Amino acid sequence: MIINVARKELKSMFASPMGWVILSLLMFAFGTYYLNGVNDYFAVMSGAMRPAERTGVTQFVGQNVYGFASFMVLFAVPLLSMRLISEERRSQTLPFLFSAPISLTEIVLGKFLGLVAFLSILVLFIGGMLSTLNIWADIDFGFIVANSIGLLLMVASFSALGLYFSSMTQQPVVAAILTFIALFALMFLDRFFAGDPSNILASLSLTRHFQSFSGGLIDTADIAYFGLFIATFLTLTVRRLDADRLRG
Amino acid sequence: MNNFTVEAIDLTRLYGGREAVSNVSFTLSKGQVLGFLGPNGAGKSTTMKMLTGNLAPSNGSVKICGIDMMENPKEAKALIGYLPEMRPLYKELTVDEYLTIAARLHRVSASHIKKAVEIAKERCGLGHMSQRLIENLSNGYQQRVGIAQAIIHNPMVVILDEPTVGLDPIQIRDIRALIREVGSERSVIISTHILPEVEMVCDHVQIIDKGKLVFNGAIDVLKKQRIGNKLMIAMRNPPSAEEMLKVAGILEAESLEGNLMRVRFAEDTSPAEAIVQAAVVNHWGLYQIAPDQTSLEDVFVQLTYQEPAVSEPIAA
Repeated sequence: MIINVARKELKSMFASPMGWVILSLLMFAFGTYYLNGVNDYFAVMSGAMRPAERTGVTQFVGQNVYGFASFMVLFAVPLLSMRLISEERRSQTLPFLFSAPISLTEIVLGKFLGLVAFLSILVLFIGGMLSTLNIWADIDFGFIVANSIGLLLMVASFSALGLYFSSMTQQPVVAAILTFIALFALMFLDRFFAGDPSNILASLSLTRHFQSFSGGLIDTADIAYFGLFIATFLTLTVRRLDADRLRG
Repeated sequence: MNNFTVEAIDLTRLYGGREAVSNVSFTLSKGQVLGFLGPNGAGKSTTMKMLTGNLAPSNGSVKICGIDMMENPKEAKALIGYLPEMRPLYKELTVDEYLTIAARLHRVSASHIKKAVEIAKERCGLGHMSQRLIENLSNGYQQRVGIAQAIIHNPMVVILDEPTVGLDPIQIRDIRALIREVGSERSVIISTHILPEVEMVCDHVQIIDKGKLVFNGAIDVLKKQRIGNKLMIAMRNPPSAEEMLKVAGILEAESLEGNLMRVRFAEDTSPAEAIVQAAVVNHWGLYQIAPDQTSLEDVFVQLTYQEPAVSEPIAA
């Protein structure tokens, strides 16, 4: 049943130009970064004489692309998540889902998975693009896998937050703006506490938890953080929709 | 286990202390079509939302084929097909895509989805619209898609909120036939403002006003109330009311403007023939005689405005 809701969301996303445009624009941007990364690699490494200065091509290009990707999804996710519930609220299509034999949790999970599935296309494409380096170099696949998992978890967290803000309003644009502001604050929370890295608020920052993944390290603490983040906002969304049913 | 498909027990819904629906109870059996009548804001749509689990009742319960909507919402919802007042259509999809999603969400098994979509399209006259975007369909066709969505899983109970709004007369006739057809084997609840429609398609009528049920019964009861034992007679030389009373079986006669006369006769008598004979003998010049029907609108107004009428003597 969750799958059916997710399939519906995917269909809606590809039925409008929005999904295609965002996918293609992002892939164009990542492709440019990838190309620049490869070019820069030769320029930088030809100047680096000592072995300590040398880094692998995977890390050099990968960090370039994944760093940029984690920043770009900050703009892409609010645009994609904004319509999930607010649009249904506005065009009064929610009763279609509410009167079908599915629970609210299934509806919310379905919508969330639909969006994550769409965004995972992006993550897969990036992974595939970097893997093409393997044709003429011996690349570190572990690094790409860790980064992909990290990016996917971060994108999923963004989606959960976006879904929650989308459930709070009837106006998709309002949802997008709120999501963007909230994500921006969460991303750069650690910058505000740069002088005091052990601050609790700083450890809430999404970027900080992405950092270990971007270094190629899969840390269960970070996975738990993203998992809790997603669970919290999905629960809040279910509660928000349940309030509709109770209060009318 | 009884045979009720829908059981509403003391349904009450409060909106900030104000009762939108209060203590509405009714039952519906298989093969019945129930018409929901009421003025704007009477609580028709609110009741329907509660029946379909879109709104939690403040008090009372709903059972669909014996399954409680509160305790087992998924099982109960699987037995319902619902078309809300605002059509829940995803306008960016085509008719086929939309109906496939509807079938999937309503647990139609994967192997039957194609067939179910075809049948629903055929029943609602959508066959040639399969590949069109819903957005580009006319209002009437969009309404048909809405109805198709509600009957696609062949539910036990079909609930339609104002299904004939925005349709042309021919489409209305088709949809009414469809409602009758579905109603012959399942249960249907429709709400409407169009009173003759209720008479045409429903077996049972409920009139709801200010959140309360003011009438609940078979359509025949309403019809009887409407037709009554009255005749309207038009004559070129109308006699006085006293003269008319001499005809056997007539209890009351009332002269109206324009050579018309309204007579009330005793139950189980049919004095029409006697009146015609008297008219010939006395040269009244009768040219028209017909049963006098209080319009359904009048009955409706009578029923919904009963309350002030009752409270008047107390005030006086």
